[in-house]
Amino acid sequence: MIRLEPRLAPSRTMVYGAPLLAVVLTLITGAALFSALGYNPLQSLYLFFIQPISDSYGITELLLKATPLTLCAVGLAVGFRGNVWNIGAEGQLTMGAITAGAIAVTWHDSTSSLMIPIMIVAGLAGGMAWAAIPALLKTRFHANEILTSLMLTYVATFFLGYLVNGPLRDPEGFNFPESRMFGDAALLPMLVEESRLHIGALIALFVVILGWVMMARTLIGFQVKVVGLTPLAAHYAGFSPKKVVWMSLLLGGALAGLAGMFEVAGPIGQLQPVISPGYGFTAIIVAFLGRLHPIGILLAALLVALSYLGGETVQMELSLPLAVTGVFQGMLLFFLLACDVLINYRLSIGFKGKTA
Amino acid sequence: MGKLKAALVAATLALGTTAAQAEEPAKFGFVYVSPIGDAGYTYQHDLGRKAIEEKYGDKIKVSFVESVAEGPDSERVIMNYAKSGYKAVFATSFGYMNPTLKVAKKFPKVAFEHATGYKRAANVNTYLARFYEGRYLVGLVAGKMTKSNVIGYVAAFPIPEVVRGINAFTQGIRAVNPDAQVRVIWTNSWFDPGKEREAADTLIGQGADVLNMHADSPATIQAAEDAGVYAIGYNSDLSKFGPKAHLTASVTNWAPYYVKRVEEVMNGTWKGNQDTWDGLKEDMVQVAPFNDAVPQDVRDLVEKAKADIIAGTLHPFAGPVKDNEGKERIPAGSTMSDGDMLGFNWYVEGVVGKLPN
Repeated sequence: MIRLEPRLAPSRTMVYGAPLLAVVLTLITGAALFSALGYNPLQSLYLFFIQPISDSYGITELLLKATPLTLCAVGLAVGFRGNVWNIGAEGQLTMGAITAGAIAVTWHDSTSSLMIPIMIVAGLAGGMAWAAIPALLKTRFHANEILTSLMLTYVATFFLGYLVNGPLRDPEGFNFPESRMFGDAALLPMLVEESRLHIGALIALFVVILGWVMMARTLIGFQVKVVGLTPLAAHYAGFSPKKVVWMSLLLGGALAGLAGMFEVAGPIGQLQPVISPGYGFTAIIVAFLGRLHPIGILLAALLVALSYLGGETVQMELSLPLAVTGVFQGMLLFFLLACDVLINYRLSIGFKGKTA
Repeated sequence: MGKLKAALVAATLALGTTAAQAEEPAKFGFVYVSPIGDAGYTYQHDLGRKAIEEKYGDKIKVSFVESVAEGPDSERVIMNYAKSGYKAVFATSFGYMNPTLKVAKKFPKVAFEHATGYKRAANVNTYLARFYEGRYLVGLVAGKMTKSNVIGYVAAFPIPEVVRGINAFTQGIRAVNPDAQVRVIWTNSWFDPGKEREAADTLIGQGADVLNMHADSPATIQAAEDAGVYAIGYNSDLSKFGPKAHLTASVTNWAPYYVKRVEEVMNGTWKGNQDTWDGLKEDMVQVAPFNDAVPQDVRDLVEKAKADIIAGTLHPFAGPVKDNEGKERIPAGSTMSDGDMLGFNWYVEGVVGKLPN
């Protein structure tokens, strides 16, 4: 008989072991799933998890895909720690893409080396401004930021649709709703030759480290955690919850906006009716998969990015349905949440006390 | 440890042998924007893919990736095809245009075929169907069958291709029923059954008794069936989704084009920089079988118009054509050029409302 026994203290091993266990369980279940579908499980798992990153090009693609997820998730995680539920990173990403993209389109023949820095600032500001609206509504009118930030996502998407159908439309594009291609000065420099991996990935890595330092070593990071864990204690300590709301939303918005700028100035190279295939929403999963810890988030973003790449490979090679990607992501989350139980409980096997 | 190693070696060997079979079949890849499903735009492309498979059997390997987002994700999928030794890649959605061109530049020996776009290169062809010819024909049916003289249209994005379809449909309607009007609702998505359903219900609420759509799900047909009004399908014959409602459909048939291009690639005669815009004449556009509710005189009318379009004596946009603000856009005696049709950004007379801009 297997029973769950409460632990005296949360297990340190399991805090780190549970995600690994979840990955292993996902692999085992995945293998079973593949064989049930009539495919060689080892070969399928190889195609899903190894083949996509078996050469340097694959690795650059993985990093490219993980970059926006990491940026959005690091920003969101700060808020989630402080009980600020920004669900609208997708919209903030879109606004960052719009502000940066509008500059690139307006000065499309500029060759100035200032273009990229200006666009980065614009992207940060665009995302930040969009996140400032839920912050203001929350602190002034107690409006729920989950709803406001989510709804503003749709506003941002429609605003982008208006721009690419109107003012920012490519004049030589046969009325198709997209902007002209950005000039070379408005495109991010590449990290690796012959790849699409741009310097944004390096900046994202830097953001991860900064995020870690901020949460672990600074007063504001400490305030966020206290406000999130015990609002009453925070109140007695004189920490301002409003300040935490503003700080988390502005930070989350800025990083999402940066991610949007990186997308348009990186792999896309123009404004389109849709900028992100849901990075802002997937980042919520990434943030929790990564334990709201910047390093964890980096790993989680890589894993989720790999699941997209792997899903494409098994479609190409085995004609497996796209749903496989979703099933893998779902199983991973499911097992992670299930394994979390082991942090506070342990499995005890056998009939304790009866056999003696 | 030793066992694990042995297992890994065995696994690698097993993979190696499958990858390096003596005579590798020529590989062809398809990129789809939505799920294949059982009807619609992507489904029709997949029928074309199956036609290739049927014709060449083991000599080729055809694979596809479905629901690929337009933008950076599509570039990766196209790149992976090109990198893995595929002979040709068929990118079947407009948003794959720039990604296709970017990859094509790096792989000059791979043949790229992009549907619905306008940019070509030495190894990139574009292809499109004259959907509007089919739209005109089903417009004749709608114009004859409506009683309320209000006809609804559920449309995806306000791009020229979609606007051209609305206009051709309206031209067909007005050719037989000058009092009818067409109302349009935009969903801003190629595939969103929920939104398409809502739009269809709204149009029915506004008095529409025939619906048409430019979207990838059969939701509009189902809405019409439930409300007891008529509907006209697009891309596929959608009669199974509304046996009573479905009058007919304008259907796209990509199979002949795909078979032709694959044949060219196989025998080395494939050339880039070509644009194909085929219609009724080449059988790329078809009209689905009629519902029993469509009377014989209407069927004859459609057959006659079809023959005239094929013969070149009838053009859906033959002047005089006015826009819906009363301005003459195509003078009498002339027809709209292909270039003007490719950039359509105004509504013909009979469409209600303003084109979103």
